[in-house]
Amino acid sequence: MELTGAEMIVECLKAEDVEYVFGYPGGAVLHIYDAFYKQNDVKHILVRHEQGATHAADGYARSTGRPGVVLVTSGPGATNAVTGIATAYMDSIPMIVITGQVPKALIGNDAFQEVDSVGITRPVVKHNFLIEDVKDVARIFKQAFYVATTGRPGPVVIDIPKDVTVAKAEFSYPSEISMRSYNPTVKGHPGQVRRAVDIMLSAERPMIYTGGGVVLGNGSEQLRQFTRKLGYPITQTLMGLGAYPATDKQSLGMLGMHGTYEANMGMHHCDVLIAIGARFDDRVTGNLEKFCPYATIIHVDVDPASISKNVKVDVPIVGEVVQVLNEFNQALEQTERTPNASALEKWWHQINEWRSQDCLKYDRESEIIKPQFVLEKLYEITKGKAIVTSDVGQHQMFAAQYYGFDEPRRWINSGGLGTMGFGLPAAIGAQLAHPDDLVACVTGEASIQMCIQELATCRQYGLPLKIINLNNGCMGMVRQWQEFFYEKRYAMSYFESLPDFKKVAESYGHIGIKVEKPADVVPALEEAIAQKDRLVFLDFITDQEENVYPMIPSGAGLNEMILV
Amino acid sequence: MRHIISILLENESGALSRVAGLFSARAYNIESLSVAPTHDPTLSRMTLVTSGTEEVIEQISKQLNKLIDVVKLQDLTEDAHIERELMLIKVEAVREARDEVKRLVEIFRGRIIDVTETTYTIEITGNGEKLDAFMDALSSITIHEVVRSGLLGISRGTRVLS
Repeated sequence: MELTGAEMIVECLKAEDVEYVFGYPGGAVLHIYDAFYKQNDVKHILVRHEQGATHAADGYARSTGRPGVVLVTSGPGATNAVTGIATAYMDSIPMIVITGQVPKALIGNDAFQEVDSVGITRPVVKHNFLIEDVKDVARIFKQAFYVATTGRPGPVVIDIPKDVTVAKAEFSYPSEISMRSYNPTVKGHPGQVRRAVDIMLSAERPMIYTGGGVVLGNGSEQLRQFTRKLGYPITQTLMGLGAYPATDKQSLGMLGMHGTYEANMGMHHCDVLIAIGARFDDRVTGNLEKFCPYATIIHVDVDPASISKNVKVDVPIVGEVVQVLNEFNQALEQTERTPNASALEKWWHQINEWRSQDCLKYDRESEIIKPQFVLEKLYEITKGKAIVTSDVGQHQMFAAQYYGFDEPRRWINSGGLGTMGFGLPAAIGAQLAHPDDLVACVTGEASIQMCIQELATCRQYGLPLKIINLNNGCMGMVRQWQEFFYEKRYAMSYFESLPDFKKVAESYGHIGIKVEKPADVVPALEEAIAQKDRLVFLDFITDQEENVYPMIPSGAGLNEMILV
Repeated sequence: MRHIISILLENESGALSRVAGLFSARAYNIESLSVAPTHDPTLSRMTLVTSGTEEVIEQISKQLNKLIDVVKLQDLTEDAHIERELMLIKVEAVREARDEVKRLVEIFRGRIIDVTETTYTIEITGNGEKLDAFMDALSSITIHEVVRSGLLGISRGTRVLS
């Protein structure tokens, strides 16, 4: 069958079962948009800014495990998408970004809306392609989806010149693909698995530390079996929350800079650390010199480059999290050895002593709305079942601390890159993928303004998001650092003028509610949730002085937390 | 420590910049780099000289392996290997210098490949130290131009990167 390049793109997306494409048209992609116009299988969601398109595709991908797809034009379309591509790259999110390009004959001539998209995106993609011949469209799309979704996932950019989208060739979509230069490891090395199991069963003060890799690798079920079989304490990173239920007694909550006291003290004092799908990020380890000084470290990761990058590990295991956890579970099933019960009892006793510090306590009697209170109530009212997206800053940490996630793919935030403006468009992607679920975007008055134009997208597609705006009138996390480390010199962290968010929401055709008193928090949340078909923007006026505790200051070890 | 990493990569546009970009993005050091297609025209062979602690070299290898265009790589410095570099030099060759340069070229087993009334162009191969020594030996001669290829490396014995 002979097709144009543009028609081939539609066929490739259909063959990959793509449900939604998030995009914004422009000159270089008009042939592609014309091909979209002539079909109904792949739905196109029109955003209001290309950054929004990438974050929305990202939110779709994180909440479903399927790759998000983006279509933008050349030049500014591509550069606007870069922040979203980098966001996905840092958190290993599978994504396909199709960027239009000027016709081949004009490439390199500084043509109108020309930019070297392959060059600009190279450091923030897993791989990228420039399609030079219409005959390569099918193969490159097949490779792009394969690369984006296997091994350690990540975004892949496909740059396609306008003349290629109008050229014609025979089309058939390959059913199989093999690449001599790309063969991710799947199974863990049996010898290493045996060694790891031997070490973990000899532990006296064990700790399981898991990250986003368990969520991305769909290893939640296997992790639960593994953790329960051993009876060991488990802590999860910001990216890993939900893979193991927060409400389970073995869960110590999040670790790291704003993690719980018990998780960080447990990390510091453990003698065996079992790291699974986590990458020893600096926000997790604190000072590397002081990190886990007593521990033998086992590290499972699909990406060999993540192993011993920041922290030298003793037992590296490269493989998919699900596979390796299955191998662990099998080995634990077969062995006659059991964990050291008396040592474990002592260890839990110590952990419970740390727990009794109640490190997440805050002033519940306050006359001003405390951000923690809003999140606690959101958790209670939604029974922990909502999909929660967040932006970046204090509200993100509060959400991670006070909203207990019991299931994976319910907590969606930009952990690696820390992109303000992520929350609202990510919620769009999540809501489209889960039309019957409650999707709440936890944000602040600074972050929300970075992609606020997407309120129009929500209106166009009738997305009933609940926006939880924790409005303290300042960039809370910046202000906190200035208070702690810059002698309260609050340089540029306050807003001289803020919009009336209630009116902003209303002008986009949504419902806006301003909430100023603690007593009104619950009724406002209930009202928002009762509005099943409408987006409700809840503007909570919160305490400006509130800080995120506990905290590990930079340069300190995990046992050197600042508590309230 | 200095390491010579030999890389087999897809002979595609952009593959070189992926490798070069990785080094600059992660603040690794490149001392020299040379690349050309192999007997299989779909593959290029790159020889890259870098330096760093064992941990850094391990990361470099892993990060290179992660690039989709990289098919295979080998740290040549782990085993017996041969290093070669090609240098082309244009020097002033007038009066007694004409004989002096010719003698030095013979001693270093180079070749004079182009001659004018006032210049010689010399080709010489060897490891980096030999080429440096040749330059030192030319200290009394006026050098107009020096072009060095960057290092090429290959394993000794039957070991093959493929």
